[in-house]
Amino acid sequence: MAQENVEFPIPGKVLSVNVSQGSNVAEGDVICMLESMKMENPIVAPCGGTITKLDISPGQVVETGALVCIIES
Amino acid sequence: MLGFFEVGFLNLTWGSIVMLIIGGVLLYLGISKNMEPLLLVPIGFGVLLVNLPLGGLMESIVNGQVVESYAVGGEPAGIISRVFRYGLAWEIIPCFIFLGLGAMTDFGPLLANPKTLILGAGAQFGVYFAFFIALLLGFSIHEACSIGIIGGADGPTTIYLTNKLAPHFIGATAVAAYTYMALVPIIQPPVIKLLTTKQEREIYMKPQLRPVSKLEKILFPGIAAVIIILLVPKSAPLIGMFMFGNMLYACGVTDRLANTAANAFMDILTILLGLCVGCFMSAESFLKPESLLVFVLGAVAFAASTAFGVSLAKLMNLVTKEKINPMIGAAGVSAVPMAARVVQRMGQQANPKNFLLMHAMGPNIAGVIGTATAAGIFLGMVG
Repeated sequence: MAQENVEFPIPGKVLSVNVSQGSNVAEGDVICMLESMKMENPIVAPCGGTITKLDISPGQVVETGALVCIIES
Repeated sequence: MLGFFEVGFLNLTWGSIVMLIIGGVLLYLGISKNMEPLLLVPIGFGVLLVNLPLGGLMESIVNGQVVESYAVGGEPAGIISRVFRYGLAWEIIPCFIFLGLGAMTDFGPLLANPKTLILGAGAQFGVYFAFFIALLLGFSIHEACSIGIIGGADGPTTIYLTNKLAPHFIGATAVAAYTYMALVPIIQPPVIKLLTTKQEREIYMKPQLRPVSKLEKILFPGIAAVIIILLVPKSAPLIGMFMFGNMLYACGVTDRLANTAANAFMDILTILLGLCVGCFMSAESFLKPESLLVFVLGAVAFAASTAFGVSLAKLMNLVTKEKINPMIGAAGVSAVPMAARVVQRMGQQANPKNFLLMHAMGPNIAGVIGTATAAGIFLGMVG
């Protein structure tokens, strides 16, 4: 089983989380929306699989490189 | 019945009807298309109000006579003409907007990747390009400066410079600058696409920029203000306010002031400025060949700035080892953060893994400094 750590590519504020721990995602599915510079940016799954770790919530302020989730494929 | 003759309906002209439609279109774009609503809604509503006859919002008194439109040499008598005179013509609002902008600007991306400063400077070539075209078309040197600066896509700077050099043009240049700021998502993409290949637009840029220390962020506004103002003294009102606002943000001990400057203060100024710009779009001052030509030249200036920014980024790729996505050059115009957002959106379309937003913020912020400096150079030259 391969593990993929998904990280925030830019700093910002989490607006919404579209998945939950244990859910299955396909490549390109939106994991969460991140607001940065007054712009909504979708953070998408780089690969398909199951979300084994998800520790973000709406309203949370994140820095570049912070963990979005871990996807096991 | 006698009051019937004062009813505005009887005084409507074809020009004012055309302007009412334009006002409606601006409101539609802002509300329905969510296109820079903070600018377009106040401007659009201002256009509606000023084109309703006999309202008197922009009234002025010239030689004892009341005139409906703003007169540069007259005494303002309407509510908006007063706001315009004491807020804009006295150059208070544009400079304080720079204070608010400074308080919301993070110089981190620029400090992390200082070569993007060059891209912000490169985009200013469009300003000079349009300046020379305006000169060739027979505009005076003062008017040409005011038209050229529209290419920087920086409303407050355009108003500031036009008011100093060609006050009779202020309506046309202010409206052009603000409209183009709002239309960044429409004007820039075709220019960027024309100048870049699909492969270039797909160039991936690593997200992790160099971490920037707090000390660097505190030192930057002070040092930059000293150097830029010593080099171009006439840029002091704009650059000075911008860097002061940024100091409030960066120093970490004036968060309350920075918050107010970046939010409530900025919102109040935006409301006043938006209404004033809209109220300058009356049929008699806007539907003139001269104003329409300024509008067209403004678009040329803005497209040229975008083109120069992208071309410079491509040139940089010829000499640097680590390739940059040339689209970030388009963010060298100073419409913050609209231009950076366009680059982010196009970058994601070309390569969904790409997040160019922060990379584009570097040239974008450099563009603000660049346009304010260009205005200072024009003022030093002819002011």
